[in-house]
Amino acid sequence: MAEKINNKSVLLNPFSKNNPVIVQVLGICSVLAVTAKLEPAIVMGISVIAVLAFSNVIISLIRNTIPTNIRIIVQLVVVAGLVVIVDQLLKAYTYDVSKQLSVFIGLIITNCILMGRLEAFAMANKPWPSFLDGVGNGIGYATILVIVAFFRELLGSGTLLGYQVVPDSFYAHGYVNNGLMILPPMALIVVACIIWIHRIFNKDLQE
Amino acid sequence: MLRKYLNKIKPHFEPGGKLQAFHSVFEGFETFLYTPASTSTSGVHVHDSIDSKRVMIIVVLALMPCLLFGMFNTGYQNYLCSGADGYTFWNAMAYGFLAILPRIIVTYAVGLGIEFIVAQWRKEEIQEGFLVTGILIPLICPIETPVWMLAVATAFSVIFVKEVFGGTGFNIFNVALVARAFLFFAYPAQMSGDHAFISTQPICGLGGTVTYADGVSGATPLGQLATGVTDMTNAVGQPITSWDAFIGLIPGSFGETSTLCILLGAALLLFTGIASWKIMLSVFVGGLAMGFVAHTFQTDLYPASSLTPVDQLLYGGFAFAAVFMATDPVTAARTGAGKYIYGFLVGVIAVIIRVYNNGYPEGAMLAVLLMNAFAPLIDYCVVQLNVNRRMRRLKAKA
Repeated sequence: MAEKINNKSVLLNPFSKNNPVIVQVLGICSVLAVTAKLEPAIVMGISVIAVLAFSNVIISLIRNTIPTNIRIIVQLVVVAGLVVIVDQLLKAYTYDVSKQLSVFIGLIITNCILMGRLEAFAMANKPWPSFLDGVGNGIGYATILVIVAFFRELLGSGTLLGYQVVPDSFYAHGYVNNGLMILPPMALIVVACIIWIHRIFNKDLQE
Repeated sequence: MLRKYLNKIKPHFEPGGKLQAFHSVFEGFETFLYTPASTSTSGVHVHDSIDSKRVMIIVVLALMPCLLFGMFNTGYQNYLCSGADGYTFWNAMAYGFLAILPRIIVTYAVGLGIEFIVAQWRKEEIQEGFLVTGILIPLICPIETPVWMLAVATAFSVIFVKEVFGGTGFNIFNVALVARAFLFFAYPAQMSGDHAFISTQPICGLGGTVTYADGVSGATPLGQLATGVTDMTNAVGQPITSWDAFIGLIPGSFGETSTLCILLGAALLLFTGIASWKIMLSVFVGGLAMGFVAHTFQTDLYPASSLTPVDQLLYGGFAFAAVFMATDPVTAARTGAGKYIYGFLVGVIAVIIRVYNNGYPEGAMLAVLLMNAFAPLIDYCVVQLNVNRRMRRLKAKA
């Protein structure tokens, strides 16, 4: 890449201006799947940050030796290796959450954000900017995940991280948890609301 | 006199007046009361004394038989189940009136409130679409739905189904039905089952408290069928017949139990030419056809298949959906042939969901919503077929 890469913007852009979920609209499937509760969403977010950062670094280190024809396969192998490590770590230390996340940790391999960053950034940049890019995009993804999960768990189950936050007196007066919030369609609508609010503040993103 | 008053206060709402911020509200009321003086100035328009506000009012009038009957039925069911003294026709009516009134008020307040705010924000005139939606929502929900749930559902569907798509006339899905679907999926315990369809508390000294014991069950006929009971009974265990379902003195959502009253409304809509007879007819034909198929291949696995085709039309919300929901001109198909296809499939799918999915005793709501999604595709295909046919004719001549 010819122009000078600004490390700060590489790290910070994916938070808002170039957020992988709400601007590029990638990785939506896992946003639907793991955000019914806050805890799995946080764990999933951290896993994606870790996998994305380290796969970016590894690919960036070997970017000049990868034959172009088989680069996708090489990228997949690297990502798959890291995902297996993360999966095993989760199984060892947070077994319950790992069971809730079930197949979706494995599906990080196919998360479009990862392939996108590897292809678009790590293949063309040095390891340190690639690391920052991975962390930045991972945090951008994780932030949306946590925001969505916060509203879904609060309105759908009346709890946050498993602790009840809606007081019992509400229920006594006829308040009922919104069952639709637990179902995937509501995740889409919450994401849509976030995009809506985000674009009100970012006029340049409006089409 | 009213006209004079309006003219007097009008300057306040013009740009520069002190109540400028409420311009759209004023405009809405003025055109609601009087035909606007300004007419379209450009292009070709058919000049007719009817505008969408008049259309909406006629639909609301067509809903009146259902509303009145719903009031009576609510009171009737409460007196029947609670065994309270003092049952007269007027007491039942008053009870039902008091039960439905807060629901209608809340729905209108929430929905119109959002419409006013959005209209003011976008500096547009107020669209009148909510006049009908606001009365439909209480009519298609069970009477025991908590009022705050109605408010949440109304807000959800007005914002996410109507306003984000650009307001009245641009919505893909029927707003009232989405409100009901939202309630159905978000609060299943309050919206379906045995305890939703009969008002259980006395209101202002009328009616009595209903306790679900001693042979009192609030399950709708279709709800009973879905659990495998083929000898359907009313709320106190007496068997019911197709005639009861036609008249409508059975438990069900507020305004949809009486097929007779729905047909009265349908007659008005068809007489004034507001609803499409093509859609209405084809929904009923579709329901009959699929009901016939289901009845022919009757199995114990799917208890609702024991209903005769005619009963399929009489029970549940089928007739209401056919007359008032499927014919919504915004969300239905618009081409002539498209209307037949759309209506027929609504009828067929409603019966399929009802019969072959025991989890959903009633399928009319989901069928209409599903076909709403397909209506543009149907129209596209119909138009393209027509285009292709004419192209061929052109080539044959040349």
